[in-house]
Amino acid sequence: MSETLVTLIVIFVLAMIVGIEVIKKVPTLLHTPLMSGSNAISGITIIGAMIVLGWGKTTLAAILGFVAVAFAMFNVVGGYLVTDRMLQMFKKKEGGDAK
Amino acid sequence: MKVALMDFAYLAAAVLFITGLKWLSAPATARKGNFLSSFGMLLAILVTLFDKHILSYWGILAGVVVGGSLGAWAARTVKMTAMPQMVAILNGFGGLASLLVSAGEWHRLALSDFPFPTNVAISIYASSIIGAVTFSGSLVAAGKLQEIISGRPVLFKGQHILNAVLFLACLGLATYLTMHTANPYAFLALNILALVLGVLLVIPIGGADMPVVICLLNSYSGIAAATTGFIINNHGLIITGALVGASGIILTQIMCKAMNRSLANVLFGGFGAASTTGGPAGTAAKGTVRQINAEDAAASLAYAESVAFVPGYGLAVAQAQHVARELGELLEKRGVKVTYGIHPVAGRMPGHMNVLLAEANVPYDKLLDMEVINPHFERTDVVVVVGANDVVNPAARNDPSSPLYGMPILDVDKARQIIFMKRSLNPGFAGIDNELFYNEKTSMLFGDAAKMLAALVTEVKQV
Repeated sequence: MSETLVTLIVIFVLAMIVGIEVIKKVPTLLHTPLMSGSNAISGITIIGAMIVLGWGKTTLAAILGFVAVAFAMFNVVGGYLVTDRMLQMFKKKEGGDAK
Repeated sequence: MKVALMDFAYLAAAVLFITGLKWLSAPATARKGNFLSSFGMLLAILVTLFDKHILSYWGILAGVVVGGSLGAWAARTVKMTAMPQMVAILNGFGGLASLLVSAGEWHRLALSDFPFPTNVAISIYASSIIGAVTFSGSLVAAGKLQEIISGRPVLFKGQHILNAVLFLACLGLATYLTMHTANPYAFLALNILALVLGVLLVIPIGGADMPVVICLLNSYSGIAAATTGFIINNHGLIITGALVGASGIILTQIMCKAMNRSLANVLFGGFGAASTTGGPAGTAAKGTVRQINAEDAAASLAYAESVAFVPGYGLAVAQAQHVARELGELLEKRGVKVTYGIHPVAGRMPGHMNVLLAEANVPYDKLLDMEVINPHFERTDVVVVVGANDVVNPAARNDPSSPLYGMPILDVDKARQIIFMKRSLNPGFAGIDNELFYNEKTSMLFGDAAKMLAALVTEVKQV
């Protein structure tokens, strides 16, 4: 196994542990926004998609990259907006009186 | 831009994501957290534009505009009841993006004369398999939730063997490709097999178990993103993908625990199939059922000191959240203490019922989790169960022969009076009789949830 791969696996495992510790503290109340919000974050694949598309020396690469950028961007924008839409509905008692 | 500088920018983005998730642990800071996270994403995207591999920007701009505007449209128009489907689709798109990136990288490397570095090859095939399974599996899950595809488990003989064979075939092809690089037919076959595998893995799972499946696919979509990071050697992508992977795993565990099922049982069980063996449900002590009318029910509610609503998905199906909130407010004006007890599987995904009630303007501090509200039932005067059934069935506590036995439930039978709103005496989703119907403290209020709640509102006003 190459040294790079080992480093990358180390990063992956450590990030997973951080993720578990942070996400354990999210209350049940907010689990739906957590899922849509994490969907937005997993749209980070757009970075890889941009690199494939930007390199675009062949038509196939350009098509694959374009479709990948579009789908990843759907996740990013759709995920963040829908999460925000849900989160602004969570109000305390005082806010609930705004009719 | 220098490579090291770019890596630092990706690290900053990852820190923003983690902080954003941390702020999601309290409703007061959650919106800010989401904003912070989106800022991290913007940073990551802007920095990538400086990547030396990027030669053309027009395609990127077009992809961003097309995907972004469709995403914004979906986010604005989706109904809150359809949120599980939305999340399933987002999971699927994440998987597809990873699949396409790995295909693109494979294509680029295949054109060069050098053999694939082994670690990149392994990453590409892992990303393809996980991305493809996530994509096709999520589409099936979304189809089941939207009821385009039957929610019933699709079972056939030799299903598990076929899945095992497909999985081994994928691994075999991936190994072959890793050793003898750049056979486009083998790579295409790998992707197709993985797509088929994704469909076959999800079709045997019943509609009631979809909450677990979308959590698991959420995790896969994160892991797929992380494997993409392994391909292009990008730490930011790996960290971020791992975070999402972890989130999905935690939610999967929570949902399995709330349903008292192991993950293996959910994935292979075919629970709720037409041919289900069914537990000996007849053991519940049958007795007389007491009925109540809206007028009497309204009187007990109006003169109670404390009332707890226990909503199930039936409430959302009847679109009765708003009437329920109206009734709650009316009672509060009379000095009644009103709370809502939310079972983890009350909706169609983790936290779904909370979102539906928040949409109906119920303040979130009245939404109590199962663990929080359970000790309070003893001192609650009236519990109103609307559109829920299995999650309040005492058989889960005291009847070892019941299929529900061991599932954590809301202990509504400990309250002083229970008003059970239901269309008829038909058993719930899992087809299990509920002894609570025959409890002497229980009164059944038969009818459509929305109409009955509206009737209660009218009657309470007249008390």
